[in-house]
Amino acid sequence: MTQPSNDSTAIERDEMAFDVVIVGGGPSGLTAAIRLRQENPDLSVCLLEKGSEIGAHIVSGAVLEPRTLEELFPDWKERGAPLKTPVSDEKLLYLTKKSALPIPALHMLMPQMDNRGNYVISLGELCRWLGEQAEALGVEIYPGFSGADLFIEDGKVCGVITGDMGINRDGQHKPDFTPGMILRAKQTILSEGARGSLSKKAMATFDLRKNAEPQTFGLGIKEVWEIPAENHRPGFVQHSFGWPLDTHTYGGAFLYHFGENLVAYGFITALDYRNPWLSPFEEMQRTKQHPAFKPHFEGGRRIIYGARAISEGGIQSLPHPVFPGGVLTGDSAGFLNMPKIKGIHTSMKSGIIAADAVLEALKNEQPEADSYMDRLRSSWLWQELYAARNIRPSFSRWGMIGGALYSGIDSMIFRGRAPWTLHHPHADNATLLPADKAPKIDYPKADGKLTFNRPESVFLSNISHDEDQPVHLQVAKMDVWKEVNLGRFAAPESRYCPAGVYETLAQDGEEEQLVINAQNCVHCKSCDIKDPEQNINWCTPEGASGPNYPVGM
Amino acid sequence: MKVLVPVKRVVDYNIKPRVAADGSGVETQGVKMSMNPFDEIALEEALRLREKNQADEVIAVTIGPQVAQDVLRTAMAMGADRAILIRTDAEIEPRVVANLLKVIVERENPGIVSMGKQAIDDDMNATGQMLAAKLGWPQGTFASQVTVADSKVEVAREVDGGTEVLSLSLPAVITADLRLNEPRYATLPNIMKARKKPLETIEADSLGVDLTSHLKLVSVAEPPERTAGVIVETVEELVEKLKTEAKVI
Repeated sequence: MTQPSNDSTAIERDEMAFDVVIVGGGPSGLTAAIRLRQENPDLSVCLLEKGSEIGAHIVSGAVLEPRTLEELFPDWKERGAPLKTPVSDEKLLYLTKKSALPIPALHMLMPQMDNRGNYVISLGELCRWLGEQAEALGVEIYPGFSGADLFIEDGKVCGVITGDMGINRDGQHKPDFTPGMILRAKQTILSEGARGSLSKKAMATFDLRKNAEPQTFGLGIKEVWEIPAENHRPGFVQHSFGWPLDTHTYGGAFLYHFGENLVAYGFITALDYRNPWLSPFEEMQRTKQHPAFKPHFEGGRRIIYGARAISEGGIQSLPHPVFPGGVLTGDSAGFLNMPKIKGIHTSMKSGIIAADAVLEALKNEQPEADSYMDRLRSSWLWQELYAARNIRPSFSRWGMIGGALYSGIDSMIFRGRAPWTLHHPHADNATLLPADKAPKIDYPKADGKLTFNRPESVFLSNISHDEDQPVHLQVAKMDVWKEVNLGRFAAPESRYCPAGVYETLAQDGEEEQLVINAQNCVHCKSCDIKDPEQNINWCTPEGASGPNYPVGM
Repeated sequence: MKVLVPVKRVVDYNIKPRVAADGSGVETQGVKMSMNPFDEIALEEALRLREKNQADEVIAVTIGPQVAQDVLRTAMAMGADRAILIRTDAEIEPRVVANLLKVIVERENPGIVSMGKQAIDDDMNATGQMLAAKLGWPQGTFASQVTVADSKVEVAREVDGGTEVLSLSLPAVITADLRLNEPRYATLPNIMKARKKPLETIEADSLGVDLTSHLKLVSVAEPPERTAGVIVETVEELVEKLKTEAKVI
């Protein structure tokens, strides 16, 4: 198997030096970049984004709590930040197959779900705007360039190596071969989102998860619909739990009316699900047929499709976010607040705090920004995550109903200050039951109007991917795939992958083989997370590969 | 010799274009835009001429709103020496584009205008031909190979059933086809350098060219949805269906 990024020492590479290099142009990376230049306009700050432009790989619900944006730009309104749709009405529904039970007195029972004062936004649009603000402050932003490897010298991260371009499928150099560069940095900020490939490497190299519980993830799959103006209710927010998931699976749907006649619809399935027959994609599709959702799509057309894993573990699962030469921010570390179903304001806050710690380390010429942890602990971000810490694990422990009851008690009576902390016992790759011990799920066939299949969906992700490049989804041992994935779990990757990357194919009479359609990959990272033996490694493909989500996502 | 490369900012080729709900055009709001791929090929050819010392300066030019300077930065990151933005917010048609480019050609005196054979947004395939006619220059369109020698240029063109080779005297207009070359990547150091290269902005209405459109866009619609096919059992059934249902024979 070719290793596109790891033969990085063999090639002669150009170098450039910056004070700070940031990997990832999402909310936390952009916020960190902005904060650095706001506080010290003399710093050289370089930000890499693997998508073809800022926002191209951004997927999020999204309801934004504007708290951190206000800290970053108190004048965000005058600056024209794209917060256009205030939340006007909200519902939380418990679904059964045919009916929907609204949770009464929602704001009292579940104060974390109170969305008054928040905005329904397109996170892609917010990131594009943050990108413009960052560039105006002098941040150098380079979209289309991936951070392919950490550049480590004397046990310290001294920057990153960008991806090579122009290598063919067999690992040979094409005529347009362009080697990646070494971007040296005094401090490197990893802001790659959930399960970032360099963050994963940093955690392993510097043993950052030593005192952390396993991270647990969710897979969010999202569609944006354009609906007739007469049906549009700007600011309407609806969340659901219950049907169609079984009681051992955490997750639910969201539906937001926003922008110009747009509806964001999505479904999050926790990746610690047990039944290998489960398909997050099909759960997402069939939920649209529920009477509580279906009318919202009436007369509309689906215009965008995408998916991304998120970190759900909360404070128990946070790695130590500091290593020699750098820090982790946002969902790379796991700052999302799952009970709130929000990660943007927390992610941005971690960007501000990380930037402040990095500024201090640069000023004192320290290799480690070790004030990051103390600054986090004394921030509202920490209080918020601490108060929310027991809700997500209560669902793994007591199932859907038990978890919901516990959550009510934890939030109402203890207000998040219960004298105990519930734990995340397993990593998501260790939870599957053998296929013959789990019930098969009979998913309805797509109708092509309200529900769709994977190829029709991925078509709307505008993927660009030069097929003549090394496969970036590396299966280390095919015999392990055959024995474990196929033999024990009936190839679960063919169901959890929302883009149809993994297929099993049997050619007349021969054994089933794994086919990897890497050109379909929407960079959600679920395979890297859920693969039972951790036999699949997601590494960065050529820069600018992957989805091109337009504004609205 | 200078080479002038007109480039156009279009909806990126990876994007599935979406017709606006009111049928007034294709949605471009918040959609990724980039340089027309045929123009990238034309630019690559110009850069190769310079690298072979057959040209000494490559100038990229575009017409459009302020934000269109993005494609000029990309052109300079690929290697163009400098760039000109002819700024206008108006929708302009090929005839007007050719008139504006003619003014720039007369000012810069390039030996070759190297441009894409067409833009992937409206697929007009008109500007190169119009520009050559207005300048009174020879034109080599649909070029798949370009060879410059002794103040002449040989252009191999892809035509039905083969390749036609033309010999043009310089100056000339050449429009690039897909197989002319494979454009290079803009590398990180070159993108950084491109930010310091000169980019001149000229207001379109200062060039004495009438910008009014003579074309009117009536409406834009998506192609009708294809209905599912059926598998026929026999040739007779196929012929029968072609006659009675499809009514094509």
